[in-house]
Amino acid sequence: MPFDRTRMTINYLTMEATKQITRKLTGSKAMAQALEQEMNRDKNIFIMGEDVGKYGGIFGSTTGLYEKFGQERIMDTPISETGFIGAAIGAAAEGLRPIVELMFVDFHGVVMDQIYNHMAKIPYMSGGSVKLPIVLLTAVGGGYSDAAQHSQTLYASFGHLPGMKVVAPTFPNDIKGMLISAIRDDNPVVFMFHKTLQGLGWMDQLDASLGPVPEEVYTTPLDKAKVVREGKDVTIVGVQMMTVEALKAADKLVERGIDAEVIDLRSIKPIDKETLLKSVAKTGRMVVVDEDYYSYGITAEVSAIVASEGFKHLKAPIARLAIPDVPIPYSRVLEKYVIPDANDIINAVENMVTY
Amino acid sequence: MKKNSKQDLLWIYRKMKTSRYFEERMEKAYLEGKQPVFNIGAGPVPGEMHLSNGQEPAAASMIVNLTKDDTVTATHRPHHQAIAKGVDLKKMTAEIFGKKTGLGKGKGGHMHLFDPIVKFSCGGIVGAGIPHAVGAALANKKKGTDRVAVAFIGEGAVNSGAFHESMNLAALWNLPLVVVVEDNSWGISVSKKNSTCVPTNDVRAAAYGIKGYGVRDNDPLKMYEVSKEAVERARKGEGPSIIEIETYRYLGHFQGDPELYRPKDEVSKLRAKDPIERLKKYLLEETLASEEDLRVLDQEIMKEVDNAYEFAINSAYPEPEEALEDVFV
Repeated sequence: MPFDRTRMTINYLTMEATKQITRKLTGSKAMAQALEQEMNRDKNIFIMGEDVGKYGGIFGSTTGLYEKFGQERIMDTPISETGFIGAAIGAAAEGLRPIVELMFVDFHGVVMDQIYNHMAKIPYMSGGSVKLPIVLLTAVGGGYSDAAQHSQTLYASFGHLPGMKVVAPTFPNDIKGMLISAIRDDNPVVFMFHKTLQGLGWMDQLDASLGPVPEEVYTTPLDKAKVVREGKDVTIVGVQMMTVEALKAADKLVERGIDAEVIDLRSIKPIDKETLLKSVAKTGRMVVVDEDYYSYGITAEVSAIVASEGFKHLKAPIARLAIPDVPIPYSRVLEKYVIPDANDIINAVENMVTY
Repeated sequence: MKKNSKQDLLWIYRKMKTSRYFEERMEKAYLEGKQPVFNIGAGPVPGEMHLSNGQEPAAASMIVNLTKDDTVTATHRPHHQAIAKGVDLKKMTAEIFGKKTGLGKGKGGHMHLFDPIVKFSCGGIVGAGIPHAVGAALANKKKGTDRVAVAFIGEGAVNSGAFHESMNLAALWNLPLVVVVEDNSWGISVSKKNSTCVPTNDVRAAAYGIKGYGVRDNDPLKMYEVSKEAVERARKGEGPSIIEIETYRYLGHFQGDPELYRPKDEVSKLRAKDPIERLKKYLLEETLASEEDLRVLDQEIMKEVDNAYEFAINSAYPEPEEALEDVFV
């Protein structure tokens, strides 16, 4: 066979295409890509939710999917959360793999019975004989004056209840990988995506909401935190926007001679104790920062883990930054006051290093 | 409240115009700081903004039959209902601007307006106000008053569990409740056809053994007539009812909504049948008002609304630490 240079080149490129192409995607595009790839793989997957069809999800999670899969698999629902999220349970028990979107996590109130008394408990109550492979997508977070009923994260409310995996990735790469893992998991997974990290044109534009995402299908574990910045003086633990603020704070702390390590928690439940303890063993100091309420929240959980299992490493009391047990206020000045930011983190770290 | 129909119709006209002018100013105020690049969190009025332009008859033609002591629960699109109910316009506007002088001291925002003086409330969760109205009606009945409660909802809320539970309770306990369904055809991007198994929701009244009324084509006069009957029935202890009015949503679900889901000419067709213009024409034809009367009225309305905006804009923002107050009273 004669040497065919053209063909070789094409083959080489094809190989590249399947293995190594990485594009910069926004959070919402990363979500949509994960959903599309998984829906192509498994015909049992379908999506239900309000405005997930032609609109593409209010926060862009299902962009373009209606055009690709049609209304049989991308189903707009009435405003009937108890109905359609409850229906996901019934369909999952019959062997389908429903993905349902609760438009804002704040709307959990109208459907929590289905989520927490049924979706989360049936696998256990059935002794494992009923599997509910459901992904509950839901948008979280504030910072744009959407007030008390549309700005919460409620990480801890879901993390508190046994029977659901709860994840909240920050960066597009993790969003895709963790969403694929969530879809393949045989357990109910609550997949929280932060509105501001979706990279939507009509919200604040953040560098963090755009990042490299491999085109290939890959999975990211649902139970591992990630060290997103290595440091030796203090550990800052965040989730989603608080990870972004922690990284901002870490950059500024360098100017003050403080080398901060930043952990993106990613998984609310189960929580990755190992990564937290390993980091605090190195730094001896910890700030936990949360865009959820203070009491009984992530800051309390992480602090309790470190206090019980890593006490000997601590050189200073753990600092907890979270929303000070008030509903999220509307007025910008009030909302800014209650949601922690990089300056609050810097202050907390500075107090700690002089302890 | 009003002695005769002429007074009532002028009152309805006034409230509809006030609401329309208020919303037109809000449309502009909301866009401040959001151009050329739209950012939902920017400008003097940040966050979501749901405007009611076109839906005025649903509110004004119902609330004309109510007094200050009757209760109204409203929706996430609450301005027309609030204005008709007589919510303090200055404080309401200040709230929407996030000011200390607002109804909720800047804590609530446009979807969360509370004015207990005129028994008005609203909220951001679809359908959630219906049981509150049931509770108000229950209280009215327990107290032995002839006060009524009116829940305004959208056609989308009829498919929530809260609606069905509430209607059964209201019927079971024969409560003085009227539910007004503002059918603007769209639940954000989902059409009524794609969300609702029956063409009109007034027929659902049969499921609760109560009275159902339908008002076609956003008609302020028909809405007035039907509401009057429903409110009178409730006051006399004849039980709850449901009114569905076909109304128009001129703008997006929220400001900034790309509206790719609806036909491009839908809104222009609706605007050509504007209910305020239709009522104006009726008032003139029936010689219930002259052009001059309405001109004077319009001036008064603009002044009232302008004053409210001026008050809001000139008011101070709360101090940051005030975020910590009012969790417990």
